[in-house]
Amino acid sequence: MINKESVLSRTSKIIFLSICLIVTVFPLYWIVITSLKAPGTIYSLPLDYWPKEISFENYIGLFTKSDFGQYMINSLLVATVAATVATLISLLSAYVLARFQFSGRGAVLGAFLLTQMIPGFIALGPLYMMMTNFDLVDSKTGLILIYIAVCIPFCTIMLRGFFENVPDALEEAAMIDGCSRLSALFRVLVPVMMPGIAASFIFNFVNCWNELFLSVTLMNSDENKTIPTALAGFISSFNIDWGSMSAAAVLTVVPTLVIFAFASKFIVQGLTAGAVKG
Amino acid sequence: MALNAEQEVVRGRSSAGAPPQTSYTRKKRFNSKTALTMLAFMAPAAIFVGIFTYYPMISGSQMAFRNWNLNDLSDTSWVGWGNFRTLFENPEFGTIVRNTIVWVVGSLVPQVVIGFALALFLKRKFKFRGAYQAFIFFPWAVSGFLIGMLFRWMFNAEFGVVNDLLMKVGIIHSPVPWLAEPGFAMTAIIIANIWYGVTFFAIMILAALQSVSDEMYEAAAIDGAGKIRTFFSITLPAISVTLGLTILLRIIWIFNFPDIIWAMTGGGPADQTHIITTYMIKITQKGDYGQASALGLIVVFTLMLFAAFYLMAVRPRKENR
Repeated sequence: MINKESVLSRTSKIIFLSICLIVTVFPLYWIVITSLKAPGTIYSLPLDYWPKEISFENYIGLFTKSDFGQYMINSLLVATVAATVATLISLLSAYVLARFQFSGRGAVLGAFLLTQMIPGFIALGPLYMMMTNFDLVDSKTGLILIYIAVCIPFCTIMLRGFFENVPDALEEAAMIDGCSRLSALFRVLVPVMMPGIAASFIFNFVNCWNELFLSVTLMNSDENKTIPTALAGFISSFNIDWGSMSAAAVLTVVPTLVIFAFASKFIVQGLTAGAVKG
Repeated sequence: MALNAEQEVVRGRSSAGAPPQTSYTRKKRFNSKTALTMLAFMAPAAIFVGIFTYYPMISGSQMAFRNWNLNDLSDTSWVGWGNFRTLFENPEFGTIVRNTIVWVVGSLVPQVVIGFALALFLKRKFKFRGAYQAFIFFPWAVSGFLIGMLFRWMFNAEFGVVNDLLMKVGIIHSPVPWLAEPGFAMTAIIIANIWYGVTFFAIMILAALQSVSDEMYEAAAIDGAGKIRTFFSITLPAISVTLGLTILLRIIWIFNFPDIIWAMTGGGPADQTHIITTYMIKITQKGDYGQASALGLIVVFTLMLFAAFYLMAVRPRKENR
């Protein structure tokens, strides 16, 4: 039997977990504090661990001096559309991979896995030229198309795991009642799998929201830039305006943080399914 | 990005040996109408990945053997191994390779050790464990680039909080120029990467730990095994396969992860903190896609070779029958 924890091990556990928590959360705390300092006071010693007076000047500046509002709208649009389409497409492919045994199945899975192991930069040049030919450079449509393709392999593998947890008697019953396979999938399976689908969608969304290198390569007008591209623009200049930078960072991180916090349980479930069941 | 692969390994392990008794799905036979539906269901995914991932990847690979510079596309002739030779003759190449190894090993080992400890502490239920996990999860929501920026600011020599805290505690007496000196810069980027990756290992190891049955621990306790003995004789062997494969895929992933470095140092000072993938970005930005692709192929083959050796080394030994 596992006996009760000793005082010593309990104390060490609390200390260790506290340190981990502090170290994990501190960078976020610090960037929030920096963003709330008045621009002048960021570069003054000694450092304040709590702003003397809270100022929203950095945030206001972000929206008045740069097109940050536009970048946010762009990111929101690109990430939402790409994540939605990718999730829908992956739903179909994951269904096939989860439910049927066919000869190319291993190869398809292998091909999806392989996309995750090869450095993406090999593809960057040809991708750029291809998009030039399609006239989709510096276009949100172009970026969305690429993001969909980037999301599909992972999303398919994740959703496949969720499908395998749902008995197939469910959609068979629906099909006997006269549903087509497609409508059985959407009317019967999708509602049951909603947590898993939501987690996959959120994962896609966050990946697209955060994606940097493709966006930097393809987008160059203010009208089309996404947030990461704009942030990267902040460092190409020699002096970084850390006030605006941290305000921008907070605005970028907080939305993803909120949705991740809600979905973390399901995302963990999706990632570790199988291991838990042994 | 590599998360999926890791997930696949975890699942692969559970379904490889025994029949997939945990799965509700019976893989069924199908008629031609079903086959057509299947094809229609697979088609969108295949088309997207084919056009936007595989075509550029394959097309990019052949660039490695051509003179392909975006700034001058008048001569894109085949140059054989020319691009590879240029790379190997580059005096910086040695530094880059060394940095890559330091980056991978230096990030991975602490990630595994701290992640393992965290998982062991989280294994037993306690009040607020759910909330704790949600907080610890936070680095995952942040992009690698932003993490780089956060740490770049914290490691700022003059106004950085790291120097300030270290001086308050008395570990250092004057500010350390973290990102201006190669050795310190390398340390700083690795610390950032450790911060990012610990959670992931904690989650994967925790999942593996929870799959070890309680009976095994009870049996060990009855046999009088102490904590340390139990850890090495029960816990470690039980999760070794998952752990080994998670580590392998993580190595591949860290190898291919330039974001933090790109944001924190951009490879500087004086190109001293480049790893292979950040160097690849640098060449790409100069427009020399031929050389960048050559470097990419070197990465792919190195990783494939490494994976093959690694799998041979860690493959569970067959018990005597």
